[in-house]
Amino acid sequence: MADILGDTLEALQLIFSGDPGVFEIVSRSLFFSGTAIILAILWGTPIAMLIAMKEFRGKTILKTFFNTLIGLPTVVLGLILFLIFSRGGPAGLLGLLYTPGAIIIGQAILVTPILVSIGVSAIESVDPEIMNLAQTLGASESQAQVAVLKEAINGIILSDLASFNRAIGELGVVLMVGGNIEGGGNQTVVMTTAIARYVQISEFGRAIALGILLVLILFTINLIVVVARKGYYIVELAKPPFARFKRRRENKQ
Amino acid sequence: MMAVAELTDVTKAYGDKVVVDSVNLQIREGEILALLGPNGSGKSTILKMLAFIENPTSGEVKFQGKAVNFNNTEKERLQSTLVFQKTIVFGTSVYNNIAYGLKLRKVSKETREREVKKALELVKLEGFEKRNARKLSGGEQQRVAIARALVLNTKLLLLDEPTANLDPKNAGIIEEVIETVNRENKTTIVMATHNMFQAKKLPHRIALMDEGKITEIGEPAEVFGKLSKNLARFAAVANTFTGTGKATSSGTSKVDVGNGVQIEITQQKQGITAIFVNPQDIILSKTAVKSSARNVFKGKITEITDVDSLVKLKVDVGKTFTVQITKQSFNEMELCLNAEVFITFKASSVQVL
Repeated sequence: MADILGDTLEALQLIFSGDPGVFEIVSRSLFFSGTAIILAILWGTPIAMLIAMKEFRGKTILKTFFNTLIGLPTVVLGLILFLIFSRGGPAGLLGLLYTPGAIIIGQAILVTPILVSIGVSAIESVDPEIMNLAQTLGASESQAQVAVLKEAINGIILSDLASFNRAIGELGVVLMVGGNIEGGGNQTVVMTTAIARYVQISEFGRAIALGILLVLILFTINLIVVVARKGYYIVELAKPPFARFKRRRENKQ
Repeated sequence: MMAVAELTDVTKAYGDKVVVDSVNLQIREGEILALLGPNGSGKSTILKMLAFIENPTSGEVKFQGKAVNFNNTEKERLQSTLVFQKTIVFGTSVYNNIAYGLKLRKVSKETREREVKKALELVKLEGFEKRNARKLSGGEQQRVAIARALVLNTKLLLLDEPTANLDPKNAGIIEEVIETVNRENKTTIVMATHNMFQAKKLPHRIALMDEGKITEIGEPAEVFGKLSKNLARFAAVANTFTGTGKATSSGTSKVDVGNGVQIEITQQKQGITAIFVNPQDIILSKTAVKSSARNVFKGKITEITDVDSLVKLKVDVGKTFTVQITKQSFNEMELCLNAEVFITFKASSVQVL
């Protein structure tokens, strides 16, 4: 049985003494998820721009597809990726299974639907006249698209943030394709998998320490973004529905 | 005189709805041309085609002597810019808004700063560089939009109802800017308006538009002269009425504009007469006011729209009048839809077109 008070004290001690074992796992988690998000942004943003700004057949289906994928259980995605990366699978030759590479790619794929879906709605909520405005001021089509993207920046940042939070707090994919390996050249233990393992082997202090740090990381990252946007961030997020409400009221008059 | 732009047989249709119908129009270098017409007459579409962000369904658009290829208008768009009717600003500082086009043109930072400052002075927004453009009032935002276009010093400046939703102070500033830019920079300006008053004052030429066609074009005096003979269709312009004039014994005339509404004017007019009453010259009251004003009508409020510090009301007295009052008066008078009100204006405020 866990001794809650004693284990929590141990956890705090591990954190404040800067226990190398704990912090190695934390920094590995940050690195994996950070790299995964950068990868996902690189391919997710163009996809979001394409879906939001272009008219084409099957647009609604594609949007629904990405929306549905958000809810895909991570264990199922983990299983699919496991099969793909496993020796007999289509990407088996790359030898990525149970390596950091598999975790990073797995997380990047996992967050792509969030990134795309929130990104699309952020871009679509930008006044369509912004595109025309930029063009009348002399912008080429791609420059005008960048102008639209800038207007959607709050939503885009939100989508990046939500993606990062999902990636770093994720268990299923990492467990399946990472293998939760400690020691040796291919260390794949991250915060979530480590918590799961420490609970299994009754090392509750370490599990709690990592749990606290995981929550702290999420909180800090959110805080940084809010402060960096000088508080406009939350205001801007609340804006579209309010603006709509206001407009409706004016029309009634 | 050289034409900056020329439309030849230009038609624009959305599906089977024709909004611009084989228009021929020459825009002369250095002029202010006003497109005057009711909403939906095709003014905005013509401006969008001249800004090269909308392509004609058929016909040819020439710009500076060359036919425009609408598949690639990047070069032309650098020389023609449009200020939209609906004010729209980028969600960033006033400086970034105005500098946007200059950055695209790779203008150096020092020049950019100088030009933005000059443009802000012109629209009387000195020192507004760092303000968030979205947090300005509607009138100030529209002035930012104008400055953002002016700073580019394009061959052609297109303004779509530049003062439609502004209070007199902001509208006045913008009209002044239009005149200054035209006089000093020799910028060719095409503006759409449905404000008779503005159309009489600012432009060198007026093109009357109706249902996608240009019905008259020429100098204001000439066009307004013809207008009075052929005006019925123009009733869509606010506070413009036509009717039969009859001289009264006291030296004025009464124009019967229909539905029992007779408007007294100071001139002696017999026969068909077109008149216009500036919305700002009309006094609104809840009871009949005893005054020297010759025109008093009782009616009902049929529409209320908010415009910055002003409220625009439509009052049906048999004919519909547009009246402008300040928001403060509006609140103090506790007005609402269908409220009974009186409108009062002097015979001398009625302009004969």
